[in-house]
Amino acid sequence: MTGEGATRPAPSVRATAADLSAALERGETTSVAITRAHLDRIAEVDGAVHAFLQVDTEGALRDAAASDERRAAGSSYGPLDGIPIAVKDVLATRGLPTTCGSRILEGWVPPYDATVVARLRAAGLPILGKTNMDEFAMGSSTEHSAFGPTHNPWDLDRIPGGSGGGSAAAVAAYEAPFAIGTDTGGSIRQPGAVTGTVGVKPTYGGVSRYGLIALANSLDQAGPVTRTVLDAALLHEVIGGHDPLDSTSIDRPLPALLDATRQGADGDLTGVRIGVVRELGGEGYQAGVLARFEDSVELMTKAGAEVVEVSCPHFVHALATYYLILPAEASSNLARFDAMRYGLRVTPAGDPSAEDVMRATREAGFGDEVKRRIILGTYALSSGYYDAYYGQAQKVRTLVARDFEAAFERADVLVSPTAPTTAFKIGEKVDDPLAMYLNDLATIPANLSGVPGISIPSGLADEDGLPAGVQILAPAMADDRVYRVGAALEALLAQEWGGSLLDQAPPLGEGAGLRPSGDQGAGA
Amino acid sequence: MTDTLLSYDAALAEFDPALGLEVHVELNTATKMFCGCPTAFGAEPNTQTCPTCLGLPGSMPVVNTVAVESAIRIGLALNCRIAEWCRFARKNYFYPDMPKNFQTSQYDEPIAFDGYMDVEVDGETHRVGIERAHMEEDTGKSLHVGGSSGRIHGADYSLVDYNRAGIPLIEIVTKPVLGTGDKAPEVARAYVGQLRELLLGLGVSDVRMEQGSLRCDVNLSLAPKGSGTLGTRTETKNVNSLRSVERAARYEVQRHAAVLAGGRRVFQETRHWHEDTGVTTSGREKSDADDYRYFPEPDLVPVAPSREWVAELRATLPEPPHERRARLQREWGFSDLEMRDTVGAGALGLVEDTIAAGTPPQAARKWWLGELARRANETETEIGALGVVPADVARVQSLVDEGTLNDQLARQVFDGLLAGEGTPDEIVAARGLALVSDEHALSAAVDSAIAANPDVADKIRDGKVAAAGALIGAVMKEMRGQADANRVRELILERLT
Repeated sequence: MTGEGATRPAPSVRATAADLSAALERGETTSVAITRAHLDRIAEVDGAVHAFLQVDTEGALRDAAASDERRAAGSSYGPLDGIPIAVKDVLATRGLPTTCGSRILEGWVPPYDATVVARLRAAGLPILGKTNMDEFAMGSSTEHSAFGPTHNPWDLDRIPGGSGGGSAAAVAAYEAPFAIGTDTGGSIRQPGAVTGTVGVKPTYGGVSRYGLIALANSLDQAGPVTRTVLDAALLHEVIGGHDPLDSTSIDRPLPALLDATRQGADGDLTGVRIGVVRELGGEGYQAGVLARFEDSVELMTKAGAEVVEVSCPHFVHALATYYLILPAEASSNLARFDAMRYGLRVTPAGDPSAEDVMRATREAGFGDEVKRRIILGTYALSSGYYDAYYGQAQKVRTLVARDFEAAFERADVLVSPTAPTTAFKIGEKVDDPLAMYLNDLATIPANLSGVPGISIPSGLADEDGLPAGVQILAPAMADDRVYRVGAALEALLAQEWGGSLLDQAPPLGEGAGLRPSGDQGAGA
Repeated sequence: MTDTLLSYDAALAEFDPALGLEVHVELNTATKMFCGCPTAFGAEPNTQTCPTCLGLPGSMPVVNTVAVESAIRIGLALNCRIAEWCRFARKNYFYPDMPKNFQTSQYDEPIAFDGYMDVEVDGETHRVGIERAHMEEDTGKSLHVGGSSGRIHGADYSLVDYNRAGIPLIEIVTKPVLGTGDKAPEVARAYVGQLRELLLGLGVSDVRMEQGSLRCDVNLSLAPKGSGTLGTRTETKNVNSLRSVERAARYEVQRHAAVLAGGRRVFQETRHWHEDTGVTTSGREKSDADDYRYFPEPDLVPVAPSREWVAELRATLPEPPHERRARLQREWGFSDLEMRDTVGAGALGLVEDTIAAGTPPQAARKWWLGELARRANETETEIGALGVVPADVARVQSLVDEGTLNDQLARQVFDGLLAGEGTPDEIVAARGLALVSDEHALSAAVDSAIAANPDVADKIRDGKVAAAGALIGAVMKEMRGQADANRVRELILERLT
């Protein structure tokens, strides 16, 4: 293939959601045209990328047509009406299969919409389909999907991060303008970092979890997966805000995210105090990732930010704490998958009891990583061990929160590399759970404490030419700060690069090359 | 397999019983504990469900504030302390009628704790300590089809109705009740009966044991007499009437005593009460192997009732039962014994409502305790479940006062009421029970009685008025009881004196 190969995206799929919104507003295009272009792009590249588990061609085009009618009638639902979106397969979608990347939910069609999905529909966004993920969001590479891995659009031999690798890859490969992800320990931010995209984990309670199939209820949060900070803010404002169906949802208005983003876009950070977290860097971090992080800090300093080093001593225990709390909650959440009411049912031969059916179904329906965490969590909650494990983890969690409080007294935002490394090769760490868990070293503290964070592309690592990310964290309910600083850094980096980082990605079909992925996609 | 039992007296001679009662009360809120589904009893299976009470993936609970309010009022009525801050917890175990395979309950932070209720048995007051009252959700209801036991093992298939899943429950747990001696079974019964009355008074539950809106587990253990220790307990489930509470407790006393007297150990286990045969049988063994892996429910925020709210709710409490009993006894002029019998029969509210409907207190007592309590006992039915309501009793008494019925005929009206033949007036009409007020017919009957008994008539003429009884009896026989005995006496005396 030469030059502008057949797989080079048409300009319309490269456009950001904000650009598409403006084009719709000006009447230059239609939602149906935009949606069809993305569906075509999916048809073209998803065989290689495998970002989607389900593509809802019919539903997306129907919703796009309805959007065009509204716009023609002058009754548009808002700026994102008609812009198609992809949704991680962990959110319940009425009438559209929802699997969480697991065999155990194969064939389940939810009778209701998650609040996030309902809000997307209410804002007029056609849903392109459901994106791939590590089974029940357990993983950092999307290799633990029961339906085969997703491939990183920068290099199809590499992982796109996880658990939301499908959403990040879909956005990086221009299969969707943006997507919804969920972040329990970094599942939005780390895929963002390794695919050169933007990912936001909102304040815990800032976006409804109703209909988000829980991995760990006290850590999960849904958020935007986009190519720009502005698109993230636009999407966040659609999905965020109080929901009476989620008792943990915060009953206060969202901060003004779009305003903060526009304020940041001029690249001026005068007077902003930026804390570099000593414990999130150094050993275990790839040199090229650290180098790009240092570049970012330097750029922000030049832009007027006051940079201080802060110490969060308990962060070194965050990973261990997380791997007690998460499996404990997950072991209980996943108990409902017992073949009695929905999903997979495996009936052993002979005259099986209800327990036999439950056992056989769970044995066949859950993957190894899920079983590993169910066992860990069951152990951590067991009588006699609770205090030593789950109870102790909750105490450390409080200490991590105090570290954040102290740090935020000295800094308005905290920064660190998002992930310790760039994308690794598919298969490289799949048999080494501990190595896999280390991917979330820098992202986990935010989930433990409920604070918001964004990952934006920081550049390409020198040693492998792959994207790295910088993470910006702010106090709870100060999501506007991550947007302001994120937008500023994005603008400063774009000046350096003369465009977005994704512009430097090898086109699909060149470099690693388009080829059949060889895995069994569920419907894509 | 039949259990060996020691005689009750022999058991009590050697052992001290310790009682523990766990009562589950279904609240009568319009909607479920954690979702907006209706709670009406008896709807088509699985029609009162939604993603949350079916435990569908992604669904989340939201606490029903009215249920919290009821829980606090129950706690206050049981003299409990009300938590300033408490959480729900997950109780993890697998069962097909548990939609999430965990029950959202409370564990070490109950909404109400450390209270008591004074229970009267035979004029003696026993203070029953209340350990805790906590909120939780009910499970679905399983129907095991086929097999002999009606339980899941051996069934051909099972059906589950999730209408009940998520209905708010309050579990009220007593502290060990000690020192009741041979009265233990009666104290157990009186406690549940009085608790039911209290819940009725609060208006928080239908408290229908037969529909399962009040369910009782009877825990019992024996310790060597005077040892001051606690023995191994059994937890008897499926105890669905006040009478069964007493019988089950008595049975377990006798069974434990036989086991212990034989030098064996009592197994800590769940037992099932069988109403028909009057025995308990072993359920699954309950031991340290049960690990529910409780942890705080991360999908809910803590419940933190403000002290102002608690004070407001305290002001809504009805009169405490013992004060109410004292007041009613005073108002009705009942003797201590009469009052004790009324309370003991579970008829206090029934008598009160009957009096409120216009019946004199002694008449109300006479019908409920003399007549209906006996019938309830004979048919092993709760007195409140006989099918006779206070308005019926009041109407029967007014028919007596009007002279339409005498006591003997009134009893026949009660027969009709118990047989479901309609209202008292309909029964009087259908059975032709009214007293004959036709003076001509009465006079004729009197005349023929005098003619048939000349010797008796002569005695009366000689001034032996007491002999009139024989003539009255003859007239009543002739009139098949449907005559006013006083009027008959008047007619006889008119003629012979």
